Amino acid sequence: MEKNNKTTGKVVGIVANLVTVAVDGPVAQNEICFIAHNEERLMAEVIKVVGVNAYVQVFESTRGLRIGSTVAFETHMLEVTLGPGILSRNYDGLQNDLDKMEGVFLTRGEYTDPLNREMKWGFKPLAKAGDVVTAASWLGEVMENSIPHKIMVPFKMEKRYTVKSVKAAGDYTVDEVIAVVVDDEGVEIPLTMVQKWPVKMAVRSYKSKPRPFKLLETGVRCIDTLNPITEGGTGFIPGPFGTGKTVLQHAISKQAEADVVIIAACGERANEVVEIFTEFPELDDPRTGRKLIERTTIIANTSNMPVAAREASVYTAMSLGEYYRAMGLKVLLMADSTSRWAQALREMSNRLEELPGPDAFPMDLSAVISNFYSRAGFVYLSNDATGSITFIGTVSPAGGNLKEPVTESTRKAARCFYGLSQDRADSKRYPAIDPIDSYSKYLEYPEVQESLKKTAGEGWLDAVIKAKDILLRGKEAMEQINILGDDSVPIGFHDRFWKSELIDFVILQQDAFDDIDSSTPMVRQKHMLSSVLKVADTEFKYKGFEEVSVFFKEVINIYKQMNYSEFESESFKKYESNLDSLLKERMN
Amino acid sequence: MESQAFQKIYTQLINMTKATVTLKANDVGYDEMAIVHGRKAQVVKLMGDIVTLQVFSGTEGIPTNAEVTFLGHPPQLKVSDELGGRFFNAYGDPIDGGPEVEGEIRDIGSPSVNPVRRKQPSQLIATGIAGIDLNNSLVSGQKIPFFADPDQPYNQVMASVALRAKADKIILGGMGLTNDDYLFFKNVFQNAGALDRIISFVNTTENPPVERLLVPDMALTAAEYFAVDKNENVLVLLTDMTLFADALSIVSNRMDQIPSKDSMPGSLYSDLARIYEKAVQFPSGGSITIIAVTTLSGGDITHAIPDNTGYITEGQLFLRRDTEIGKVIVDPFRSLSRLKQLVIGKQTRADHPQVMNAAIRLYADAANARTKLENGFDLTDYDERTLDFAKVYSDKLLAIDVNVDTDTMLNISWELLSKNFTKAEVGIKQEFVDKYWIEK
Repeated sequence: MEKNNKTTGKVVGIVANLVTVAVDGPVAQNEICFIAHNEERLMAEVIKVVGVNAYVQVFESTRGLRIGSTVAFETHMLEVTLGPGILSRNYDGLQNDLDKMEGVFLTRGEYTDPLNREMKWGFKPLAKAGDVVTAASWLGEVMENSIPHKIMVPFKMEKRYTVKSVKAAGDYTVDEVIAVVVDDEGVEIPLTMVQKWPVKMAVRSYKSKPRPFKLLETGVRCIDTLNPITEGGTGFIPGPFGTGKTVLQHAISKQAEADVVIIAACGERANEVVEIFTEFPELDDPRTGRKLIERTTIIANTSNMPVAAREASVYTAMSLGEYYRAMGLKVLLMADSTSRWAQALREMSNRLEELPGPDAFPMDLSAVISNFYSRAGFVYLSNDATGSITFIGTVSPAGGNLKEPVTESTRKAARCFYGLSQDRADSKRYPAIDPIDSYSKYLEYPEVQESLKKTAGEGWLDAVIKAKDILLRGKEAMEQINILGDDSVPIGFHDRFWKSELIDFVILQQDAFDDIDSSTPMVRQKHMLSSVLKVADTEFKYKGFEEVSVFFKEVINIYKQMNYSEFESESFKKYESNLDSLLKERMN
Repeated sequence: MESQAFQKIYTQLINMTKATVTLKANDVGYDEMAIVHGRKAQVVKLMGDIVTLQVFSGTEGIPTNAEVTFLGHPPQLKVSDELGGRFFNAYGDPIDGGPEVEGEIRDIGSPSVNPVRRKQPSQLIATGIAGIDLNNSLVSGQKIPFFADPDQPYNQVMASVALRAKADKIILGGMGLTNDDYLFFKNVFQNAGALDRIISFVNTTENPPVERLLVPDMALTAAEYFAVDKNENVLVLLTDMTLFADALSIVSNRMDQIPSKDSMPGSLYSDLARIYEKAVQFPSGGSITIIAVTTLSGGDITHAIPDNTGYITEGQLFLRRDTEIGKVIVDPFRSLSRLKQLVIGKQTRADHPQVMNAAIRLYADAANARTKLENGFDLTDYDERTLDFAKVYSDKLLAIDVNVDTDTMLNISWELLSKNFTKAEVGIKQEFVDKYWIEK
């Protein structure tokens, strides 16, 4: 749909950020245009066309805009600019570099370049003249922070090409030609380190996309142990406000064993983004020893920033993820919160006066969400290297009701469900992931089970299932105790309940603000789970039901001190031996 | 303003509803203010040369040949030091009988702060109320509402928080305030001798409800002037945001928009976020802190207004009457300050986070014990001790009439924990137990 003459138009109607433009030529759905307002150019996207009228959603405030203003259409959709220098950057939803903007306040109509055009990158060729290449083939590599950043044949180039030349190793800016390829008609195409991609289209330049099978460690016990997520997996975290969605998301993004982390702060609190800006440059990545910010890109479109750009922000984030996945990297993508994105869709659908679906959300909400989640995944690239995008989105269900449309639609798309429970949050049992309702579909995948056996041992899966059973039985015992009273149930009920409390306090609950407890490597998780299950398997002797809670509180207290100690350190071992003697006393 | 020199007067309305008028006019900007029949109005829709205006005070009595003039600018406020000590209506006009304020003209509803230019809030705001300082510490640059039933003393608590908070300026945005409450604030501020650092924008129940929509932006424009231009710490009080949201729904209803949950407009989240997100810590030292009130109907926090608010604000404070001690307390279970992690144990004593959590957990155990008691079950010795603890904890710390410093709050907590429980039951990190536990 390349056009020679750009279409122009005039503003004929304005309602909030929905502007009607009478056009003089062809326009495409989702095409980008700029509305001239005094000195400013306001970016907008076509979302509906009726006759000569194009309806565009403006990514900015329309205050003061007048009828008759001129509009220029750009012949392309909303695009991200891809190239070295994306990591450690802070972008808005349209990939404007926020740090390049002047002043304390955002200025309407100010768009900044996402890349640094002056900086020179140390380029190393990977392809050579004569190689046959297709979209996403690696031509060369530069080091971006500590990550090998592949320079690829642009995703948009759909044919087969032969490499004519690749620049020798050396320092180049992103705009210098680093390779020339020739298509089957003999046309020479010069390539730089930069390419563009329309955010709403999925990048499909990979060989195959198998089911995910490898565990992705997050360091969060109630995820890794009970309901693990995989490399290339999808999960979502719904929870009423105040149940710790954001703290959990931040914990995962700090600790997960990913090469690249992309955080889309989509319509959420600005101070939460500031927390990332402040902390990530200080925190070390436990695996590389470098600063966390070096592997992180933040897309900040906070709740007070324009609504239409909020919708774009998740797509921008996903496209960046797909770019890094094509380099054979493990990408973790977090979006907080996808409900705000859905609300942005609702606001626009409402202004377009479309017939509404449930709760006034657009009818195609479910399809839009599934489509987005399907862009995540584990892939084999054309050179058999692997890459993945693991996507975890939070959902903010209206009124805490998990039956609302966004949660329901997401449940159909995501494979892991980490439901945050108000009750657990109220009793400060953090992370408040409900152990009974939450699930990971990946545990049912034979290939995941196989891989877990290899990494965590033969008995691991059985242990996990056993822990889940104990939790469930403990809950049932507690209900019985509450109905019948402490002394009207057999002591065994108390024992069963407190064994589930033991797992709850020692494995599930985790102090995200403690340096040691906040992140638990898999080895340690294995050790703790088997230790706790051993206690759960032991029969203890009690004189009366009162002794049960007293005893287990002591046990839990020692375990908690262990959780706060360095793994296998002096004090850890001291507590462990204290625990042993305490348990022995009770056994005879 | 040059546009006022040759103002064109329109005199033919082609459409009228309860809240809007429509006419043909040219060269009008979106969001622009206009005067319709002497009343203030704002452009809400442009379609060709057809302009729809929202008349804030309603269209009662406006004839089809009413005079309409466009002012060529969005709603504005004149800002200067003269604002101090003054009372204004929703349009920023004085209502205290004083002279007009001279100063720089600013558009209200200014753009957002670039998130990378914000500073992380880090300054504790001490209020002396332990239910807040101990369990839900406030931080400058934070936004937090009281979720309260209409019969609870939220305005009183808010006023004492404001006066103890040592802010350079306090800006009150009153929406649908009853005249009695308006006079209450005026009196409290006057008696505290603090009137010169207080600025009020008030829409009372006597004023048209739609006017309320301007109040938060007026208050926050004044706040930004003092926080940005003067590097001051500004505390903004917004009461009652539920009435603000109700006004939003009235307008969206009259504009024929499809309502979403609880008859609220689909854009409620963005509309509220635009206001609350003005809370900020600027790198130059100035800050805006917002304390708001969201009244609930029958304590229902799943209603769209408190629900959306909760997702935007950095926590919420709940008040509750504790019948055991006959006082109003800050509910430790449902209240939350999200920013407390930035200051507790850092600007306060290191044991603060652990003491806070342990006490609340034991207070929760007391609630369970009470349920057991009510259901006619026998209490264990532990249950009895949690009940004893809870009563004193409620009275000495949670009640809103408490006014002590944070160290004292922590000392009282240790006293109560040591008196009623064993070390294992309390479950605090050993180093703190060694330091603060009071042996019997």
